[in-house]
Amino acid sequence: MARSLGFIIVLLAVTSICDAVAIFHPISESHRSAALELFSPAAGSFSGLEEAYEALRTFEVLGIEKPDTKDHTCNSVVDTLSSSSSNLKDLYHSLRVNGLLKCKTSKEALTGTVSRLKGGVKEATTLLDYYYSVGGLLLVKDQSSEVDVLLGNADGILRSIKALSQSDGRWRYSSNNPASSTYAAGVALETLSGVISLAASAIDENLIGTLKNDIVKLFDSIEKYDDGAYYFDDKVIDASGHQGPLSATSAVVRGLTTFASTSGTLNVLYTIPEEKILGLARFFLGVGVPGNSKDLVSVPLILSLPATVLSLTSNDKLKVRVNTVLGSIAPPLSVKLMQVFSSGSKDAPVLKEELKFDPKEAIHTMDALPEGVDIGEYVFAFEIVLSDPEDKRKYATGGRTKVPIHVTGVVGVDNAKLTLLEGDSVESEKKLNLPGKNDVALSANHLQKLHLSFLLTTPLGKPFKPHQALFKLRHETGVEHIFVVGNSGKQFKIALDFLGLVEKFFYLSGQYDIELIVGDAAMENSFLQPLGYVELDLPKVPEKATRPPSQAVDPYLRYGPKAEINHIFRVPEKRPPQEVSFAFLGLVFVPFLVFLIGLLRLGVNLKNFPTSTVPATFAILFHGGIAAVLLLYVFFWLKLDLFTTLKALGVIGIFLMFVGHSTLSHIASVSVKVKSA
Amino acid sequence: MGRSPATTKDDAQALFHSLRSAYSATPTNLKLIDLYVVFAVFTALIQVGYMAIVGSFPFNSFLSGVLSCVGTAVLAVCLRIQVNKENKEFKDLPPERAFADFVLCNLVLHLVIMNFLG
Repeated sequence: MARSLGFIIVLLAVTSICDAVAIFHPISESHRSAALELFSPAAGSFSGLEEAYEALRTFEVLGIEKPDTKDHTCNSVVDTLSSSSSNLKDLYHSLRVNGLLKCKTSKEALTGTVSRLKGGVKEATTLLDYYYSVGGLLLVKDQSSEVDVLLGNADGILRSIKALSQSDGRWRYSSNNPASSTYAAGVALETLSGVISLAASAIDENLIGTLKNDIVKLFDSIEKYDDGAYYFDDKVIDASGHQGPLSATSAVVRGLTTFASTSGTLNVLYTIPEEKILGLARFFLGVGVPGNSKDLVSVPLILSLPATVLSLTSNDKLKVRVNTVLGSIAPPLSVKLMQVFSSGSKDAPVLKEELKFDPKEAIHTMDALPEGVDIGEYVFAFEIVLSDPEDKRKYATGGRTKVPIHVTGVVGVDNAKLTLLEGDSVESEKKLNLPGKNDVALSANHLQKLHLSFLLTTPLGKPFKPHQALFKLRHETGVEHIFVVGNSGKQFKIALDFLGLVEKFFYLSGQYDIELIVGDAAMENSFLQPLGYVELDLPKVPEKATRPPSQAVDPYLRYGPKAEINHIFRVPEKRPPQEVSFAFLGLVFVPFLVFLIGLLRLGVNLKNFPTSTVPATFAILFHGGIAAVLLLYVFFWLKLDLFTTLKALGVIGIFLMFVGHSTLSHIASVSVKVKSA
Repeated sequence: MGRSPATTKDDAQALFHSLRSAYSATPTNLKLIDLYVVFAVFTALIQVGYMAIVGSFPFNSFLSGVLSCVGTAVLAVCLRIQVNKENKEFKDLPPERAFADFVLCNLVLHLVIMNFLG
């Protein structure tokens, strides 16, 4: 059981490497390196005996060098065997590891183990108990010949194990638990075969016969994939947590092979059809399991092709390789190509062409492809014929293997020409060089027709219909029109009548670039060829015509400069013409002049102006101060701000107050003097 | 009353003449102040006329112009009242002091006007 878990882990890792489902490849280095990576012991030793066994077994099967952990592992084996507290499971696993590593165990330890195992068999109630104890006894039998492992009551044990079986071929784990699984059936078969081989006395033949019936019933529940792989599946997760088709199938196969290999029961395998056995092998291969060639009775031979795409131009040869599952060399055999099915057809003539064997490279080759194999898709059916008829027992060839093959080649393009027709008469004809460069310049109006024709032939001279044969006309604004070029046999033709196409072309006149596209998967020279241009003159667009679809705008254009935004400010007020303003400016000064004239008329004088020096100075300063303030106001209006003005005003004001006070008080005192005088 | 229109006209003329003769008796300084007031008022009127013609677009300018004229006229009138010797109320106020007030108030008025002129 644990063995399958280890294999499952390897397989899951390996599945990610090889994706073979229909085409099987044998074991390779990638599998081995994956196994090494997965199973390398942490800190120099394995975490448990079960893991140790899985790792060592995987390395052995894949042919990898075992890491050097023998001492440490052996120590734990010996400890487990000699300890009296180990349970059946531990004993079983340690015995398995012992079988691989061949540690030095004392006879006392083995004897003690055997007695415990025998006791386990007697007291066993569940299937797994029987499995561990019987398996352990079998391992001891293989490892040491001195200890007596034979079971006395083999019949009774067989019956009690058989009691857990079900009518559909599955087995239950214990009588209490009704859950059953195919996995348990595999385990049971293994256990039963172990009991049979350990039986001290002969076993009742009827019992073995009923067991064979159980196996046949079990194989009735086998399931199948489309590609021919057979497998067992457990729909229910069983008690041990293992699930999935892989563990179930591997358990059944193991149980079956151990059952078949125990003496006297080899003929059971002949009741199972060979197809199912091969299908099981295919299943394991598909998942990537490295089976042991000793386990399966007949070794499946795998037919693989290193290349499934062949080119007629480079004269590729058909190469076939036949190996066993693990990649080792097959026995001498010959490979015959039986049938070649062309795509879609179910029938094909039987060829029976033998491939030549190259012993140096171990490859079967066919120098020339069979006659009539042109470019396209084919299914080649191969058959393996073993040289030695004795090998037929040992190796399974699997009947007819069908492999899809893809043949490519260069398609010949001939007689290509572009014709412009007026009515029925040819106006101009241009020969084209396909698939080379062409530069055709035509001009046409809507009353004319454009014809294109060319021939396509395969390398074998047969007509060829490619996946794509398209004729494209592209207007200078970007509007495109694509037409499919139809064919009759080898001749490909397209006729464009512009009169009928005027509406389809949206009445767009102008230069149309011509392009021809011919392509196919099997065509090695597929081409997309611009041919030149045709200047089309179409009638004017009528009112109701549909507009051509707007071409996709280059999305990067929106990062270009945008239209300038003109801000609309408040409309400035209407100002008067300058002449009017100047006129009134003059007019404003008129009252001032009148004031001055009136002053003169009144007889204004400066008689009271102080004459002596100091008061005169003060008087002058007083008038100067007032003038300064007024000048300051002018500057304030012109460019100063209020705070500067106020600062300056404060300065001048203080000065002015002082000066003014002295002047006016002087005048006041003068007038008082005059009054009193 | 039954007076003829010519009599009314004669009366008006007589009134006008008596006003003129009475006015000529006023002291010169008062006439000076009156002239100044007339000048200011006329300047204000011209500005109003200008606004009437071209519209009041920079209204603040118009206001400041007009109010400066009106303000200075008002201050001159105050000065005239205070300086007039016949005015018993301001008997004790020296005219220089009134003039100083006039100058100071004008300066403050014109500061505000200049600020409002824009």
